[in-house]
Amino acid sequence: MTPENPRLDVDRIIDDRRARIIVCCGSGGVGKTTTAAAIGLRAAERGRQVCVLTVDPARRLAQSMGLTSLDNTPRRVDGVSVEAGGSMHAMMLDMKRTFDEVVEAHADPARAAQILANPFYQALSSSFAGTQEYMAMEKLGQLRTSGEWDLIVVDTPPSRSALDFLDAPERLGRFLDGRLIKLLLTPAKATRPFTKVLNAGFSVVTGTLTKILGAQVLRDAQTFVTAFDTMFGGFRERAEATYRLLQAPGTSFLVVAAPEPDALREASYFVERLDEERMPLAGLVLNRVHRPTATRLSAARSLAAAETLEPMPNGSSAAESSQPPSQLPEPAPADVVAAAALRLHAARMNLGEREQRVAVTFTSAYPAVPILEVPALPEDVHDLAGLRRVGELLADEP
Amino acid sequence: MTARDTDWDGVRLHVVTGKGGTGKTTVAAALALALAHGGRKVLLIEAEGRQGIARLFDRPPLPYEERKIAIGPGSGGGSGGGGDVFALAIDPEGALLDYLQMFYGMRSAGRALTRLGMVDFATTIAPGLSDVLVTGKATEATRRRATPSRTDKYVYDAVVMDAPPTGRIARFLNVSTEVSGLAKVGPIRSHADSVANVIRSPQTAVHFVSTLEEMPVQETLDGIAELNEVKGMQVGGIMINMARPAVLPREELKKEPDIAALASSLARAGLRSADSLAGALAAELDEHARHVELTDRRRAELTAAGQPMYELRLCTGGIDLAALHGLAAQLREQGAA
Ligand SMILES: Nc1ncnc2c1ncn2[C@@H]1O[C@H](COP(=O)(O)OP(=O)(O)OP(=O)(O)O)[C@@H](O)[C@H]1O
Ligand SMILES: Nc1ncnc2c1ncn2[C@@H]1O[C@H](COP(=O)(O)OP(=O)(O)OP(=O)(O)O)[C@@H](O)[C@H]1O
Ligand SMILES: [Mg+2]
Ligand SMILES: [Mg+2]
Repeated sequence: MTPENPRLDVDRIIDDRRARIIVCCGSGGVGKTTTAAAIGLRAAERGRQVCVLTVDPARRLAQSMGLTSLDNTPRRVDGVSVEAGGSMHAMMLDMKRTFDEVVEAHADPARAAQILANPFYQALSSSFAGTQEYMAMEKLGQLRTSGEWDLIVVDTPPSRSALDFLDAPERLGRFLDGRLIKLLLTPAKATRPFTKVLNAGFSVVTGTLTKILGAQVLRDAQTFVTAFDTMFGGFRERAEATYRLLQAPGTSFLVVAAPEPDALREASYFVERLDEERMPLAGLVLNRVHRPTATRLSAARSLAAAETLEPMPNGSSAAESSQPPSQLPEPAPADVVAAAALRLHAARMNLGEREQRVAVTFTSAYPAVPILEVPALPEDVHDLAGLRRVGELLADEP
Repeated sequence: MTARDTDWDGVRLHVVTGKGGTGKTTVAAALALALAHGGRKVLLIEAEGRQGIARLFDRPPLPYEERKIAIGPGSGGGSGGGGDVFALAIDPEGALLDYLQMFYGMRSAGRALTRLGMVDFATTIAPGLSDVLVTGKATEATRRRATPSRTDKYVYDAVVMDAPPTGRIARFLNVSTEVSGLAKVGPIRSHADSVANVIRSPQTAVHFVSTLEEMPVQETLDGIAELNEVKGMQVGGIMINMARPAVLPREELKKEPDIAALASSLARAGLRSADSLAGALAAELDEHARHVELTDRRRAELTAAGQPMYELRLCTGGIDLAALHGLAAQLREQGAA
């Protein structure tokens, strides 16, 4: 289907010992978690010491990897073949806990306790729109420095846009660096020289905030900001270090997309962004592609044949139309089944063609990006056997 | 008014949630269209400020302003034809300025706050605050009357909100205790309480959009359970979206396909190499049967939640205005509107 683009060779990536981090990115619901877990399993069964960092896996998939509690540490996955000398660990990201641990590691116990108890910290650590991404990066940094694994496969948080993974940490950093935060800090740091304008601005802000939120909320915010201030530098440095890790030679990005316009548009934004950031793109996984089996029979021909066997006044199938076509002679039962199979086939051919057209908009814009298609399986992927199967498909094994 | 009863006759604020990408925006728009029959006036609100509604109706980005975006289906039966669908895209910044203006008459101070990053502050560190402002705007529109008189008629017959996804819905509707810690006292607290009074009343229903896939179904069930915990909260319908109808009756699909019979039918229809074709088509039919079985299981899981269910078919050609009207008609036929 995509003869111009080189084929993405997943085995070559995972067999290369220099590969240390594989990041699976893409827009919501395209199969990032599945792909990350399948690659992790395949790499382990080909001899690598693998850790898979998943974010929000489907419940049954998590259970199949032995991830029953969100304890934020990698657990060994049972049922993985160790013949090649590899092993697989997996973990689910607990963003709040990861954040708490960072606070505990950066502040003395009294200050840490003060921060952890603050309502603003609690909101930030459990619901800020970029915390999950930031903490996924943080965790990746931790796993990498621990040196316990020779390959880390990272899943990225469910998000509308794949770019969020790269942007969120910066957004959090920018926020923590923001002007308002600085203003909130002023009363606590009276020594800091401030211009008249800022002071005037400050009284408007505090005045209004007090009015809207009440004085207690403002005090909480100030306490939080003051307590957190000492850690800002540390936070930003860590985020920057992890960002650099993503640019390092041992890292590759796999962009996952479904053959749908929105998902591929997101994928192309991401591909361009990686290029700008000089982050290494391994290729695109086009997941859940529908491939008809009998490709020789066109949709039009198939529909016409169905019509011969079972004429439909409105052209729809029997199960869909509310009244039976009574004026027509009753077709033989075998013909009804055949007509249904033909209509089904026509719909599949149409779907396949539409997916192809959508895929071509991507491939023609990025002819150098390696691509691999993974067919849509009839059932979702919820156990190791399913992951192994996806791994084979990723390696283009029949 | 129409003579016909619908499942949600007493409801004036319809909140539409669901897992990301399952069709919240599409279904919210279809529901708004479906409700806008017989001259009724409906407001469709986008809560996350991403301009999904504008894109759906093929319009330039919507401002923070209620604008007519479509007309509902004509009634045909003399009661004034189709109603009007208005749309409003709420962003936290606009909602904050609105709030300051409405309660304190201080729009300019609000602007100063915007410049100083106050809005960033609100949305970032205190997401609960921005949620209260957004839901506050929706409840205000729901309760708005043509004149301040308590007896005058409402400006909108119904309000439909394209809400945040399931994972955030409880927090968004300010029913999670976690957030209340943020503003224990003060004016925003009492504002939040009055918003909650509308949201936890029979006037409001929270509908869940789900596809028949594993994670959306799970999230829907979790979301319903979470909302059911909250006193006064009314869980609405489950809108199964992107459903693919079965091509044959279930009992027919359960049978092994008879390849020889299939081949002879195909030959009779004039197709060449009927034998090899029959094998391939039987495999496709078998896969379809397995898919139907799987989605039936998912549907049964959703049924167990005990909420009214509606089914919206997959539009194979994608979503345009005609397709939206088609989905609206399906909602009407099934009694959702
Ligand atoms: N090739 C495939 N064939 C069939 N089902 C698949 C395939 N790939 C993924 N799935 C199923 O699709 C669903 C979504 O996949 P997954 O959870 O991996 O997506 P995701 O990108 O991680 O989603 P999110 O953005 O919500 O995190 C799962 O139920 C999974 O089992
Ligand atoms: N019944 C349907 N038939 C065909 N396509 C559909 C249907 N419903 C939704 N879609 C398509 O699915 C995609 C997602 O729909 P939509 O944007 O409404 O979902 P959403 O839940 O609002 O997503 P998000 O979480 O990103 O806000 C869109 O491309 C839309 O056109
Ligand atoms: Mg995922
Ligand atoms: Mg949407």
